Amino acid sequence: MLIFVILAVALVVSAILVVTAKNPVHSVVALLANFAILAVFYLTLSAEFLAAIQIIVYSGAILILFVFVIALLGAGTTVYDVGPNRLGNISTPAVIVGVIALIMLGYSLFHAQNPSGGAMLGAATVLPGAAQIPAITVTPGAPGAFGSVDDFGRALFTRYLLPFELTAFVLLIAVVGVVVLAGATTAQRRKAETRERISKPERRIEVTR
Amino acid sequence: MIPVQMSVDPNLYAGLSAIVFFIGALGVVLRRNPLIMLMSIELMWNAANLTFMAYARAWLNNAGHIFTFLVITVAAAEAAIGLAIVVILFRPRPVANVDDVALLKG
Repeated sequence: MLIFVILAVALVVSAILVVTAKNPVHSVVALLANFAILAVFYLTLSAEFLAAIQIIVYSGAILILFVFVIALLGAGTTVYDVGPNRLGNISTPAVIVGVIALIMLGYSLFHAQNPSGGAMLGAATVLPGAAQIPAITVTPGAPGAFGSVDDFGRALFTRYLLPFELTAFVLLIAVVGVVVLAGATTAQRRKAETRERISKPERRIEVTR
Repeated sequence: MIPVQMSVDPNLYAGLSAIVFFIGALGVVLRRNPLIMLMSIELMWNAANLTFMAYARAWLNNAGHIFTFLVITVAAAEAAIGLAIVVILFRPRPVANVDDVALLKG
């Protein structure tokens, strides 16, 4: 419980730092801390493989992408002030969405079954503490425990094979999208360059006249 | 054999992830820097993941792990495309402000 409180406070603080940082680089560092803390959370939930995936994919791939884009746009020069207060524009839809979300959350919490068989919040007498949730027995060095690579891989390649294959399709779409976006700009730039080169002699003639 | 007990109620994880999700949503709504908006979206993905993982552990069902894996994949694809769009839109501009991009408004 103590570990949970410390990690939770750190998670919330780093999330707030991500949102409030003036400089995007500071934001990236706070996000890195956030992902690392989340990986520790996954470890405490006995999901070793996903903790590793969290570090590798998020901290290793996605954050590096962010850092590259910040470098490309020029981190020091793009600091800008906070714009006009936009809370007035969004207050009405925000209230509507918030009320709908609260209704859905309340409904799901009162009607969801908990692992030991009662409603989550509706009946306080059967509310399960963490103590009712079964422990996992782990033998160090042996495969097959809940959350291990063995367990995860078996589920991914047998029961959840179709979602896994569809993931490949999603990644393919992402690759094609990025290539189309980047390719279009280089083609446009090349066209603009040639247009400029063609139009330059005429302009010189005009000036001499 | 070492027994590993879940020491915290899963509902607390859900509450924590709701807080982080809310912070991320505020970031998307209130910040005008496209990069920080994308990072706030990543925060929201991760908050959802935390709930999946907590309830996967509570039910001892690794469907939550699979779904977290899929969410991480989709988040990676989203980050790649989103950052490509950001680069194309804001490379020629002196200031990266999302409000400057209003082409569809005419």
